Amino acid sequence: MTKIDTSRPETVLPTPSHTVGPFYGHALPFPGGGDIAPVGHPESIALQGYVYDGEGNPLPDAFVELWSADPDGDVPQVDGSIRRDPASGGYLGRNGVEFTGWGRIQTDANGHWTARTLRPGARGRSAPYISVCVFARGLLVHLYTRIYLPGDEAALAADPLLARVPAERRDTLIARERRDGTYRFDIRLQGEGETVFLEFQ
Amino acid sequence: MTLTQHDIDREIAAEHAAYEKRVADGAPVEHHPRRDYTPYRSSVLRHPKQPPITIDVSKDPELVELHSPAFGERDITEIDNDLTRQHNGEPIGERITVEGRLLDRDGRPLRGQLIEVWQANSAGRYAHQREQHDAPLDPNFTGVGRTLTDDSGFYRFTTIQPGPYPWRQHVNAWRPAHIHFSLFGTAFTQRLVTQMYFPSDPLFPYDPIIQSVTDDAARQRLVATYDHSLSVPEFSMGYHWDIVLDGPNATWIEEGR
Repeated sequence: MTKIDTSRPETVLPTPSHTVGPFYGHALPFPGGGDIAPVGHPESIALQGYVYDGEGNPLPDAFVELWSADPDGDVPQVDGSIRRDPASGGYLGRNGVEFTGWGRIQTDANGHWTARTLRPGARGRSAPYISVCVFARGLLVHLYTRIYLPGDEAALAADPLLARVPAERRDTLIARERRDGTYRFDIRLQGEGETVFLEFQ
Repeated sequence: MTLTQHDIDREIAAEHAAYEKRVADGAPVEHHPRRDYTPYRSSVLRHPKQPPITIDVSKDPELVELHSPAFGERDITEIDNDLTRQHNGEPIGERITVEGRLLDRDGRPLRGQLIEVWQANSAGRYAHQREQHDAPLDPNFTGVGRTLTDDSGFYRFTTIQPGPYPWRQHVNAWRPAHIHFSLFGTAFTQRLVTQMYFPSDPLFPYDPIIQSVTDDAARQRLVATYDHSLSVPEFSMGYHWDIVLDGPNATWIEEGR
């Protein structure tokens, strides 16, 4: 049955997840999906990484969604990430001024993704982080992880999630700062160096 | 060795039997597929082997994952939910209307949320460069749409009945006709990507993707219901499909306290 009687809460059960399959590329990714930071914003950071399978091969058919607070730690409530043009029916893109906090980035043929967003501020007891949701052909249920930024060791040490992650896997959640000023964050779906993934209850 | 439908059928049956035994032995019902589902070969190298770390959201209401990105009127155009009107001509195929409600686990409507859809055309071909299935493309059909749910959580799409298509995982592998859905709720934890199927499709037993949902009742929740009251006279066939997002949200925390 796919008509749900909301007067009987016991019948309200979740719709199962499915893979995105291979052919979402003309539907979900959009131009400027990773250009989350407003143009010229002083708190901008650049992120990049690869998504790998269990044999260490990069995935050309995956995408990530990033979602994070603004530099003050406030949650953006601004729409306009995928603005559409009513005249042409195409994409207008972001307006370059407002920060929506969310982006969607397709991996390229090398399995590489890049994004520019704002350095998130801390919320609650957590160290600042960017929430990540990973989708791919072959992945029957999407995966959540987090990108923490290096630098403030005290904040990272006090983070409730990082405190629970075994020491040898903790680094999979912390981006590495490169000499060019970008942050590198690879996602390994399986095997050696497997990224720590999260579920919420 | 060539992989046959018979091989896949046996694997599907074994996974199903293993699930039934787990439940009979007291394990909880599984509403979602396991990420490790061998009959769908692409899952083999793409599922984590380590268990996820569970975050109890009631311990920290400040988590950014308890909020969701906002989408609004700027993010859609008025006809984005009508996939038959995106080109100069009429697409070929049987017109359908798909309508339903987006709900949370407590049955409350999720208002103003983004729903994105994509699908094959009536011949079973996607308008995607990498798709090389030898079926005709339709110059009047891209098969992509989006909408925002209304104040009661309702969404509605007008489109073309998609065709089934072969996908080469094994000899004679065919996907049942389906429409892909991508959904947002009030919390990022509720994010969902799934597929809607059509009633009584004879391909269901053979398809390892729908069978990855090993629970029989959960699998039924992926199948729309034909609804004659949604059929539009002289125009389209109507289907109803309600969607329930899993995952905790902020309201859930307040009530759980």
